[in-house]
Amino acid sequence: MKEEGLRSQLRTVTDHAVTGLAVLATILVVTPLVVIFAYLVIKGASSLNLEFFTQIPKPEGETGGGMANAIVGSGVLLGLASLIGVPIGIGGGIFLAEFGRGTGLANAIRFTADVLNGVPSIVMGLAAYALIVSPHIGILPFMGHFSAFSGGVALGIMMIPTVCRTTEEMLLMVPHAVREAALGLGVPNWRSVLSITVRTASPGIITGCMLAFARVAGETAPLLFTALGNMFMSTSLNQPIEALPLQIYVYALSPYDDQHRLAWAGALVLILLIVVAVSLVRYVTSRGVLKGAS
Amino acid sequence: MIDTVPEIRISQPPIQREPSLDENQLAAKPTGAESISPIRQYLLSRGNSAMADRFFHVLMVLCALSIFGIVAFIATELVTSSQLTWHKFGFGFFYKTFVSPVTGDKMYWDPVNEQFSAVPFVYGTLVSSFLSLLIAVPLGVGLAIFLTEMSPRALRAPLAFLTELLAAIPSVIYGLWAVFVLVPLLREYVNPVLVRTLGWTGFFADDNPTGLGFFAGGVILSIMILPIISSLTREVMTAVPHSQREAVLALGATRWEMIRMGVLRNARIGIVGAIILGLGRALGETMAVTMVIGNTPEIHKSILANGSSMAAVIANEFTEAVSDVHRTALIEIGLALFIVTIIVNALAQLLVWAVTRGAPSQAH
Repeated sequence: MKEEGLRSQLRTVTDHAVTGLAVLATILVVTPLVVIFAYLVIKGASSLNLEFFTQIPKPEGETGGGMANAIVGSGVLLGLASLIGVPIGIGGGIFLAEFGRGTGLANAIRFTADVLNGVPSIVMGLAAYALIVSPHIGILPFMGHFSAFSGGVALGIMMIPTVCRTTEEMLLMVPHAVREAALGLGVPNWRSVLSITVRTASPGIITGCMLAFARVAGETAPLLFTALGNMFMSTSLNQPIEALPLQIYVYALSPYDDQHRLAWAGALVLILLIVVAVSLVRYVTSRGVLKGAS
Repeated sequence: MIDTVPEIRISQPPIQREPSLDENQLAAKPTGAESISPIRQYLLSRGNSAMADRFFHVLMVLCALSIFGIVAFIATELVTSSQLTWHKFGFGFFYKTFVSPVTGDKMYWDPVNEQFSAVPFVYGTLVSSFLSLLIAVPLGVGLAIFLTEMSPRALRAPLAFLTELLAAIPSVIYGLWAVFVLVPLLREYVNPVLVRTLGWTGFFADDNPTGLGFFAGGVILSIMILPIISSLTREVMTAVPHSQREAVLALGATRWEMIRMGVLRNARIGIVGAIILGLGRALGETMAVTMVIGNTPEIHKSILANGSSMAAVIANEFTEAVSDVHRTALIEIGLALFIVTIIVNALAQLLVWAVTRGAPSQAH
């Protein structure tokens, strides 16, 4: 009888101990996040000023200067990446949700997309380098040297699997009745897909694209040997171009305090962009994507 | 065209009318009793819609197939670009070492004399990834247990959102933070304690005053892979049916016993999948590791020593590669990284699918 009581006590103690450990783990996970954000806000906000957005970097050792070239460069790179990644990704998502549902091909593509998502970004950079930067005789005028074009291609390829999978998920949420209603009116299938199904799911698809956009916005590794970086303002697709994460990387490892300051400011700008995108995605998906149809 | 049995509902909420469906023609009133419907008129005016359908279908298939294309393209580009190194060193690239002609010491990576061996980088990648898993797995699984089984409902969404944010922070920002906050912290407070208490094992040698090295890389990696492990673990744990939990509880189990027998045992394959997926991310993570690992092509027993990793050496040396062999050697390391991450990710995906398939995903 006594032994029984002891065992039951032991079980209760173990139960409490595990609860304590789980709470501890949660605290340990949340702490770095809070610390990282605190540092970004404190260090970044004190370094942010108008100059940051309007000036290009000063020569090393001089104070002042900004990252206007990096902000513009990131804009160019991400614009090009979206042009490549969004249409192809959405097309792939439409195939998975509307045409290939349940087929082996669709399963294989879904699987490959998920696996592709896990391929390191630096490998994407290497592939883009091998395709666009290294050939000396290029088919396109952009080929054969470091350029914004090659960086944009690397980022665009990285967007495809994310956009594809979110588009599929959002399209699957559109009720069948909506498609049937369109088809029943005699609308051709392609029109029904584009104007009815995709449009119904468009808020979700747009936020999915924003998520992919935010992910590649912070990518540095694929740009190291494609976009390369550029200390001056450039918008040409044919020239090396600066990007916000690239410049943060270079400045973080530089010996100058003033460049560290700029790196923190750049990091704050980048993280704000990403937090806004992620929050928006969360808001839209939690609110229900398909207001008009479900 | 419709591949599933339609679900019959009496009251469907009205669908918003589609303005792009050629409003004018739809609105046009039939002129007489014998006139065909405006929709049919519209369709006829558009010619053969079956052709358009087929064209659209093919276009979408092409978009989807591009994903296979990308994988094939990466593989062929990397293979063809690394031929030079492959011919020169063969498979020995990944296990052989050589002797420096100048000093007579064992060497791994000598760009000047064009002698290359990936051994120290493979070692660095394995050590830093292993360290990160050692830290991240208990924390990630603990967090998932807390979120699915213990947390008050009100805390659940904000905590899940916070971990999602952790996943969204770019690698370079982790690196920036690690360089200015984490590394000094390790150098001043953590490493001396490790050396004093565990120095006798040989894994913690007091010979690196910088604070950089495998350990710093492992710690920052663990923070980065935590969200992946915890969110996927949460997903597979949510997929375990409630009846399992209730059955164990009804037998008089405590909450921990319920979690252990009812949930973890059922979800274990998926949790292993989540951990492997975290490993896949850790293997290929570049920027943050490059910034803190020290970047020396050496092998040390001490995890506090400087080292390098496969991704780090590519990021560091590629633009400054001194010769074609150097560059192709780096590309070959990239190819190895590609193959390994493909295998690891595919394996993880299969394991996670094995558990969540059929169960609605509730973790998002």
